[in-house]
Amino acid sequence: MSDVLSSIKFDSEGYMEDASAWNEKVAEAIAIREGLKLTDRYWVVIKYCRDTFTKTGEAPTLRNITKNTDVQTKELYELFPGGPGKLAAKISGLKKPTGCI
Amino acid sequence: MKQFLILGAGTAGTMLVNRLVKKLDKKEWKITVVEKEENHYYQPGFLFVPLGIYKPTDTYKSSRKYIPSGVEFINSEVDNIDPETNKVTLIKDKEVLHYDYLVIATGSTIRPAETEGLLDGGWRRNIFDFYTLEGSIALGKFLETWKGGRLVVNVAEMPIKCPVAPLEFIFMADWFLTKKGIREKVELVYSTPLPGAFTKPKASAVLGNLLEKKNIKVEADFTISSVESSKNIIHSYDGREVPYDLLVSTPVNMGAPVIERSGIGDDLNFVPTDKFTLQSKNWQNIFVLGDATNIPASKAGAVAHFSVGVALENILAHIKGKEMPGKFDGHANCFIETGYHKASLIDFNYDVEPLPGTYPLPVLGPMRLLGESVLNHWGKLGFRYMYWEILMRGWGVPLPEKMSMVGKKLD
Repeated sequence: MSDVLSSIKFDSEGYMEDASAWNEKVAEAIAIREGLKLTDRYWVVIKYCRDTFTKTGEAPTLRNITKNTDVQTKELYELFPGGPGKLAAKISGLKKPTGCI
Repeated sequence: MKQFLILGAGTAGTMLVNRLVKKLDKKEWKITVVEKEENHYYQPGFLFVPLGIYKPTDTYKSSRKYIPSGVEFINSEVDNIDPETNKVTLIKDKEVLHYDYLVIATGSTIRPAETEGLLDGGWRRNIFDFYTLEGSIALGKFLETWKGGRLVVNVAEMPIKCPVAPLEFIFMADWFLTKKGIREKVELVYSTPLPGAFTKPKASAVLGNLLEKKNIKVEADFTISSVESSKNIIHSYDGREVPYDLLVSTPVNMGAPVIERSGIGDDLNFVPTDKFTLQSKNWQNIFVLGDATNIPASKAGAVAHFSVGVALENILAHIKGKEMPGKFDGHANCFIETGYHKASLIDFNYDVEPLPGTYPLPVLGPMRLLGESVLNHWGKLGFRYMYWEILMRGWGVPLPEKMSMVGKKLD
């Protein structure tokens, strides 16, 4: 585990326990762990996730992201293969998106 | 006279007005309810219509019947809400209503047009919803003569009304098709944008095996991009294709069009609302109830029920210029039909996930939490009576509004 992440607490699936411990270096380190290298396009999404979380206490939905940034759904899936909701939340230091059960 | 205006006489609006009328001074306040539908629908009943358990006429009664005397009832759609001037314009006669306090309880509905191709050729032919009475009836007719094939249940996007309903439908379909003698000719597929049919650890542990037991395939992380109804295929944004013979769709859910027209909602027309006080985030004399809010609780009648008392307390305090005492905890509970006359029961809030144990319901209970039981199934069916005769009359129910840990097991 890289030094940046050594002081961060994660749940069993690799999501940060405390969103306030997040910073850009942490995001980069989590991304590397997920096999991704963050480019400008990633940062558009990550910054939007963080802004929304600061304002509402919740992670944005995919619809929020595509309506309020210039990143469209198809590109989101290319940036975050296998599930942009989960991966964007993970890299942005937010909780995993879940249903009620 | 001061004017108290309520938009919407569904589950939340009807419960509120029945309790509010007992609390506001009639000499000082006029209460008006505006509702666009002639009928008040018992929406949980829609799930049972396609499977022949409820008749269509079991699911609605006249909206007016549940409006208490002394309250003005206007049957019209709302054209515009202007919170800056405290005015609401109706579609009917372009009537303008002034308000001192406003409650928005305009609900949420399905928007199939939001998904490319969903309304093309297959809609109501081999693609159905069960979130409208018309959809449920049409699906029931289709199932009557269906010979089998691939039944795909799809959830387009969260949040949806009654989040467990699509899962209940597929559980009950397994039972219904078995009874009909064609289960072995049907492949059942559940496709969801979430990481799984169950995403909470305790619920997954207790109920996860139901999918395997009932031979239901799960297509997880599936965000539908389009429906190709000429080929009977749904496509996802990450390039997956799922073929179907019968598609039971839960389309995108959105708040009422008037919220969008008035520019007071979020991307899905839900009104930004304080999740603890139920007051609008932008206007102090507006409270928001039921599915119309953007609070991170389930869009379900139980949430409307448990939050209406908190909202009422806060409204009355705010009118008197006092500090608002009520703090909603996100409490929800619901029965999950699992077929074969059994159901599960879940009880949870903003912070506590559904846990196993027992629910200390007076007289009937204790009911089993998370696990399946026959009593839970009868609880669900019996709930319709309680809805019309107790909840919608604004009478007290012996259930605590705040979620309780009594009976719940943490490990």
